[in-house]
Amino acid sequence: MTARTLVEKIWDEHVVADLSGGLDLLHVDRHLVHDLSGPPSLGMLAARGLAVRNPELTFAMPDHTVSTAVGRTDADTNAGRLLVPALRERTHAEGIRLFDLDDVEQGIVHVVGPELGLTLPGVTVLCGDSHTCTHGGLGALGWGIGSSDLTHVLATQTIVQRRPKQMRVTCSGSLAAGVEPKDLVLQLIGEHGADGASGFAVEYAGSAIASMPVEGRMTLCNLTMEFGAKIGIVAPDEATFDYVAGRRYAPTGAHWDQALAAWRELSSDEDAAFDREIEIDASAVSPQITWGTSPAHTMALDGKIPDPGQARDPAARLARSKALEYMGLSAGEQLLGLPVQHVFIGSCANSRLSDLQRAAQVVRGRHVAQGVRAWVVPGSQSVRREAEALGLDRIFTAAGFEWREPGCSMCLAVNDEVVPAGERCVSTSNRNFVGRQGPGARTHLCGVATAAAAAIEGRIADPRPLARVA
Amino acid sequence: MERFTSVQGRAIPLPVPDIDTDVITPIKRVMQGGDALTRYAFESLRYTPDGALNPDCPLNQEVYRDAPILLAGANFACGSSRETAVWAVRGLGIRCIIAPSFGDIFFDSCFENGLLPVALPQIELDALADEAAAGEFSVDLERCEVTTPSGRTIAFAVHPLQREALLAGRDSIELTLAREPEISEFQRRDRELRPWVYELAGDT
Repeated sequence: MTARTLVEKIWDEHVVADLSGGLDLLHVDRHLVHDLSGPPSLGMLAARGLAVRNPELTFAMPDHTVSTAVGRTDADTNAGRLLVPALRERTHAEGIRLFDLDDVEQGIVHVVGPELGLTLPGVTVLCGDSHTCTHGGLGALGWGIGSSDLTHVLATQTIVQRRPKQMRVTCSGSLAAGVEPKDLVLQLIGEHGADGASGFAVEYAGSAIASMPVEGRMTLCNLTMEFGAKIGIVAPDEATFDYVAGRRYAPTGAHWDQALAAWRELSSDEDAAFDREIEIDASAVSPQITWGTSPAHTMALDGKIPDPGQARDPAARLARSKALEYMGLSAGEQLLGLPVQHVFIGSCANSRLSDLQRAAQVVRGRHVAQGVRAWVVPGSQSVRREAEALGLDRIFTAAGFEWREPGCSMCLAVNDEVVPAGERCVSTSNRNFVGRQGPGARTHLCGVATAAAAAIEGRIADPRPLARVA
Repeated sequence: MERFTSVQGRAIPLPVPDIDTDVITPIKRVMQGGDALTRYAFESLRYTPDGALNPDCPLNQEVYRDAPILLAGANFACGSSRETAVWAVRGLGIRCIIAPSFGDIFFDSCFENGLLPVALPQIELDALADEAAAGEFSVDLERCEVTTPSGRTIAFAVHPLQREALLAGRDSIELTLAREPEISEFQRRDRELRPWVYELAGDT
């Protein structure tokens, strides 16, 4: 048998029909549905006179449009008032399990799927959300789809897909103290562009990945979408199996033993051929922050904004100049010391327990600078509970942070939680696009510690002098 | 779904790389629904911050009014999976987008909405853009060819199945529903091989 990559192995196992020419009909093992994209497609399905084919493999939760204020109801936001009741009604009619706003497991779909054991190594996970690549952190094959494909999955439990090209990113060495998986992936995107992996599925490998905790792998895979690839994945290993074991929907007993035996086979063959290989020395990665309006517009935290004239072509040079104009910045400027008005710690990129612990190390015993609105939005109720059991909420609130309820919040600002025009937000989310956090909002993406440091200092700052070993 | 065989008309040059789907349909306009999607499509490019139409944006220029073809930059429609971006582009009257590369999710969604995405090398895009002001182009899906105002033809590739579906105006749900026996058979076999995928702990 010819050598295959990890992605090819999982792919092959899911082929329902070969549609020829590199197109396959694939089985969907897990379909996650949320309040923003779910209701319209559930409506389209009903309009075609169709039913959900496998409601028992479909799981829904509101996250995008809901308020994250303590004491919230779904009437609190304009979008939520419309979409959350629709999600409730349609999932009830179709027999889909809903983790509703008052459920003890509610949260961001890409945080909850893994923590409930819905996401497993080797399964296909689809969701009407581009950051479904996050689930690759557990060795699942996950990717995002639009409304039409979402309706297709609801109706058929399958998806028509082009076989992607195969890329491996080998991360040698290990991340230095105070450097996060977010920094690694931002640097990767900065070097190779926001379309660096367009058309590829990306497997992350190497010593820095082997030693990276599972939650960090999810952050890495999450940002793969911003690298241009729909799919990012890490081969499952003992750390993955430990993570999955005992979770609510994870296999047990004989099924666990059978699953584990299958999961141990999930890695790229030694002589598997990749269409492209990239190597990155993780030991040389430094904390990153974005200066522009694409995640590729990133730089070392202590560096200077690059001259747009260095971009690869005239169109990119113009785009970079426009980005600087939008951000109210100039080439050659330092970002260290730049005053900020908002800090957002949250989103499917960085809202898990280890992220909040990292932030708390910087925040403990300090206070948010005057004039800064600083939020911590845990990724799920489960994260929120665990953090509270560790006393992290008290560290944040004593410092002047708001400790909020789970949801997507200021990442995409569809829940009325926005950054006002012209104001600057340091954010642990994954997109700094024009208007992403609100019309005219200026977003700087970075890791958790850097965001926490910005809240304390009131300006962009290096977190390393502030961080303490827990 | 509206079928696509060929289009003829002006091609709008918009050679900006990495235009994301938040730019094509800002979330605020997505939630407004109705004609806001189209009216505010590419809002930050088509409008000035004070809300006036930006005359420098090719999408606003009279010569390109109702043009059915868009000549876009690399990584066009990257970012969010929102299909509203496809609907907004269609709402502007565009039936074909030619770009060096596309956001992968957007690319797939085009075929479900009667919109043809064509990938051509950057150097070819630059040459097409040079002719944009000169007159009308045509894009023929039967022949898989773009013809420029000067009469030059450029071949493009599209997956045979996706081409067929666009030509016939069929979306993939129709095609897949016809394969229900294969899906059932797959699940029957797979359930034996991977029972843990189907028999979930948890609520049961």
